[in-house]
Amino acid sequence: MFGYILNRLAISIPTIFVIIVLSFFIIKLAPGGPFDDDAEVPDEVRANLEAAYNLDRPVIVQLGLYMGGLLKGDLGPSFVFRDQNVADIIRTGFPVSAKVGLSAIFLGAIIGMFVGLIAALRKNSALDYTIMTVAMTGIAVPTFVTAPFLALIFGLYLSLLPIAGWGDGQIRNMVLPVVALALPKIGTIARVTRGAILDVMRAAHVRTARAKGLPEHLVIRRHILRAGMLPVVSYLGPSIAGVMTGSVIIETIFALPGIGRAFVEASLNRDYPVVMGITIVYAIIIISMNLLVDILYRFLDPRIREG
Amino acid sequence: MSTRPEADVLPSQSTIQGAAVAGRSLWQDAFRRFLRNKAAMSGVVVVGILATLSVLVPILSPHGIEDIYWDSILVPPSIGSGFWFGTDVNGRDLLVRCFYAGRISLTIGVLATSVALCIGVIFGAVAGFSGGNTDNFMMRFVDVLYALPTLFFIIILVTVLGASNIFFVFMCIGALQWLTMARIVRGQTLSVKRRDYLMAAHAIGLPTTRILSRYIVPNVTGPVIVYVTLLIPINILIESYLSFLGLGVQEPLTSWGLLISQGAAELESAPWLLIFPATLLTITLFAFNFIGDGLRDAFDPKDR
Repeated sequence: MFGYILNRLAISIPTIFVIIVLSFFIIKLAPGGPFDDDAEVPDEVRANLEAAYNLDRPVIVQLGLYMGGLLKGDLGPSFVFRDQNVADIIRTGFPVSAKVGLSAIFLGAIIGMFVGLIAALRKNSALDYTIMTVAMTGIAVPTFVTAPFLALIFGLYLSLLPIAGWGDGQIRNMVLPVVALALPKIGTIARVTRGAILDVMRAAHVRTARAKGLPEHLVIRRHILRAGMLPVVSYLGPSIAGVMTGSVIIETIFALPGIGRAFVEASLNRDYPVVMGITIVYAIIIISMNLLVDILYRFLDPRIREG
Repeated sequence: MSTRPEADVLPSQSTIQGAAVAGRSLWQDAFRRFLRNKAAMSGVVVVGILATLSVLVPILSPHGIEDIYWDSILVPPSIGSGFWFGTDVNGRDLLVRCFYAGRISLTIGVLATSVALCIGVIFGAVAGFSGGNTDNFMMRFVDVLYALPTLFFIIILVTVLGASNIFFVFMCIGALQWLTMARIVRGQTLSVKRRDYLMAAHAIGLPTTRILSRYIVPNVTGPVIVYVTLLIPINILIESYLSFLGLGVQEPLTSWGLLISQGAAELESAPWLLIFPATLLTITLFAFNFIGDGLRDAFDPKDR
């Protein structure tokens, strides 16, 4: 187990390194420097500006400086907001994104598993077909379509919830973004759960449990549920990544001050250091989540642990 | 998973008794199974209709994409007014714009997918066919790239390249989407390589090119086609996503994502501006997914 974790870490760290180097060079390839728009800058001033941001040094040295800063949690200055650096932008946006994203995953997991379990237990019934059709629709309709409709119905027509904005992060402001973000998750988790439970129900140990006369609710709770949850756990890792990319859209639509919106704004403003900083932070989160889920999976499933 | 042989795989009585025994290839079988799959066939019909309408929209419609009707701004959809899908804030016919958008969205989906197809097939085939350390190294490389947050890298690429040449940008999307393709092709190549008939082919001294074209390519084609049909909707979705954020297709061109974004802005006063492009996009995504699932079942009946 310990060796496995070490092994996975040994792959993850070079991966993060590659991501940093790759995004660094893509951005270096960008046409035009950050100060090209400032008209009528004397050459000396430009030289000073470039020296201040180390842009006059060789690219390799710049990469080295960037990585050095990264280790100290310094992601460099923003080119657009001169009074903020990238770390500040991420620090203010991250709690908002994390709150919305984690709530969405939690909601998606709870409802998705519950609904998927019901569909599996009532296999091929009208209820099963209804649930699976709704789930399929939830997966296929993109968030940038569902989110405006949710805002229209619950915000405008019914006036139940605010259409957009964060306020101080009250529940009222969080409901619509979280639901919009969770819908595709609910759909996918319901499908994964249903498939997994159906597989387990055919397994020998479940037949044995029934044969020895265990009451059905105990068969479900002790044998079917436990093994059926495994694929769901393994799905949660990538799904966290999905929630993060989804949050870019959601934060833009609902005007939430998270890092997803900061990313899009930086991208539209060509604020390269911010774009790069947020990408790296996201990549690190995604990779750690996948690692965590893989380890958890091994822990939960003795068949893999022993092997 | 049942081991019961598929009824249509077995030669029917008449074929056996007939004078000329016509062999039926894997492809013919797959094709028959696909034709019988209702969901997949309706997917084909839907995609066909949408594609045809998108191509023929300049001929079929009385309105041009840039025609502005100053006296018909934000007209709700109705058959009587001549604007079936209504008009937008600039008084342009939404129906025409939706299908012009379909041209761009479908083209980008296909284009990005073909780039991914080329890179993925070549990379995967080389890795699988070489084996050993080359394979190990190449697949480690794919593993590392797999961990990239794809969408973020696409946004970085779009930021850096600018949305000036949209088709170039979307070819870059394809260039980041080949990883799964490479894995599929490599896996398939490896499994074929271990088969006895391939060893026999080596033993009788067939040249590599012939082994590739006779044995490897036909075995790889099925899964690749399935994945291609599933990748097209993913790329269409990425395009819409970028255009929605203002990072993709720009006016005067239009795409479903851009129309949806404009519709979302006018949602209170003109919900049809969101409803029509969103419906078209969703229908297309559904259709491609049904086709993909149908192809998967057709090529791999035991998986049902």
